Amino acid sequence: MKAFGRVYLCLLIFFLYLPIGVMIAMGFNASPYYQLPFEFSTRWWHELWQNAELLEAGKNSVIVAIIVTLIATPVGTAAAVALHRREFPGRNFLRVMLLPPIAIPWLITGTAMLVMFYWSGIGRGFHAMLIGHVALAIPYVVLVVSTGLQTIRQDLEEAAMSLGATPLFAFFRVTLPLLTPSIIGAALFAFAVSLDQFVISYFLATPGYTTLPVKIYSAIRKGFTPDINIISTVLLLASMALVLIYFIFSKFGAKDVRR
Amino acid sequence: MSDVKLTGIAKSYGGSPVLTDITVDFPSGSFTSLLGPSGSGKTTLLRIIAGFITPEAGQVTIGGEDVTRIPVWARNIGMVFQSYALFPHMNVRDNVAFGLGRRGVKGAEAKRRVDEALEMVRLPGFAERLPKQLSGGQQQRVAMARAIVTGPKVLLLDEPLSALDRRLRQEMQVELLSLQREIGVTTIFVTHDQEEALTLSDQVAILDRGRIVQMGAPAAIYERPATRFAAEFLGDANFFAGLVEGGAITVAAHRISAPGLPEGREVTLAVRPEKISLDATHENQVRAKVLNAIYAGANLTYLMEGPGGQRLKVFAQNSDGVILPNGAEVTLSWPAAHTILVEG
Repeated sequence: MKAFGRVYLCLLIFFLYLPIGVMIAMGFNASPYYQLPFEFSTRWWHELWQNAELLEAGKNSVIVAIIVTLIATPVGTAAAVALHRREFPGRNFLRVMLLPPIAIPWLITGTAMLVMFYWSGIGRGFHAMLIGHVALAIPYVVLVVSTGLQTIRQDLEEAAMSLGATPLFAFFRVTLPLLTPSIIGAALFAFAVSLDQFVISYFLATPGYTTLPVKIYSAIRKGFTPDINIISTVLLLASMALVLIYFIFSKFGAKDVRR
Repeated sequence: MSDVKLTGIAKSYGGSPVLTDITVDFPSGSFTSLLGPSGSGKTTLLRIIAGFITPEAGQVTIGGEDVTRIPVWARNIGMVFQSYALFPHMNVRDNVAFGLGRRGVKGAEAKRRVDEALEMVRLPGFAERLPKQLSGGQQQRVAMARAIVTGPKVLLLDEPLSALDRRLRQEMQVELLSLQREIGVTTIFVTHDQEEALTLSDQVAILDRGRIVQMGAPAAIYERPATRFAAEFLGDANFFAGLVEGGAITVAAHRISAPGLPEGREVTLAVRPEKISLDATHENQVRAKVLNAIYAGANLTYLMEGPGGQRLKVFAQNSDGVILPNGAEVTLSWPAAHTILVEG
């Protein structure tokens, strides 16, 4: 039984990482048609630096993701704090209503946004895509930050206030430092949601402005060369590094939060 | 130092009253326990004094100043929480110095006062540790140091010892009391532990369903509980009910008398278990049957059935090594002077 479990786990990891491994390997294969036998080459790296369109799409994706992160993280954090630490009418309703968007397929959300933005006159374009991404990222931020807030005792802020701190000072000096690991985790989530976003970008961006997922999609339809593999590899390694950073942070955070 | 006065305090949640017309005086430098079961409103009352909750009616004054509308951070109080609420990301020094910083005390002066406070709670040399590196008792002391270092007008303690084990709790009680005497700060202490309330306080206020049912010195309340609730909640008590005729009530042919009984009225009398002797030496006497003897080494607790079928509790010293067997019939007696007339 134990052996079975181990084999099962190995298979699971194998199938998770095999396509990624193949993708990375093919980026270093000389053949433009993914032909075997494997012949090592850095040709596609050079091709990538020549491919202005692909680089532009990659750059767009990262810029959008950074802007989305910078907007969604503080907004979502503020929402989480309000939903968990402040009393106001309709609080429970709002708390519940924040979660379903996570479960709604992005295709449907994207269509709905397209229809709504046309109808309301917001239209398509960079701004529309940004709104879409931020709206998608906020529930994730709220969820992650809320989970972090629940591990921080509320009487810490009360203790700070009893010692002469205003609520604002108590929040920034006591709760916020303890919440930092969660906020970093939430920011990474927001970044990933945006970077990964295809449907919203495809529907809402102005034709001509492409993010990487949109570019990859159209390349697949036209037939593509392994320089796509290279840029995907770079992004993959970058996001894995981010996740690792988060793990290190959250581990340290958890140690501090528990008493 | 400052006295604390509450006048006509009322508070309700969702239409149901939590506190009703609380008027009470905490003299300057006194140690008062708010004692009551959970839901009696004692914590709400403490939080009103702290300023976390605004009462619907009434007035809170600290040192003669009306602070009813002043928020908690401007009241100059010290508070120790049940969970200690130490800031986990700050070391002991920064925890204790937090309140000083808010009052603009910084640098060498802050350091001196933090060291002094840690000295007082007998934790010198712990300043650089993080809270998670301390034991429960040590964390409690840090919380104490943090609360007193600013020289607050009033010290509020919300069941600060309840998370400690029994032995440590008794040790901390002694330390808490000597610390309070040393700095002389008006102290209000919330507890549901009656023994703790009796040991520590100058005065005890017993709360029941949002009202203070009795307030006074520990001995006065213990020896003269005003109500059945107070008698039962603070210590153990046996009760006898009956009509007063000729200065005594009659319970199944036994006459039980007490000082100051109102003639011709239905009354309830209380007697403490340790006031009862297992012989006929005193004037109030009843026959009872032993149901159970609980042996605790130095002393014994007998559960008995009284003449009217009521349950009686009797404490006895284990001075002669005799344990009455279950079913034994004995005569119990106690002085009329220790029989207390209680309400309802």
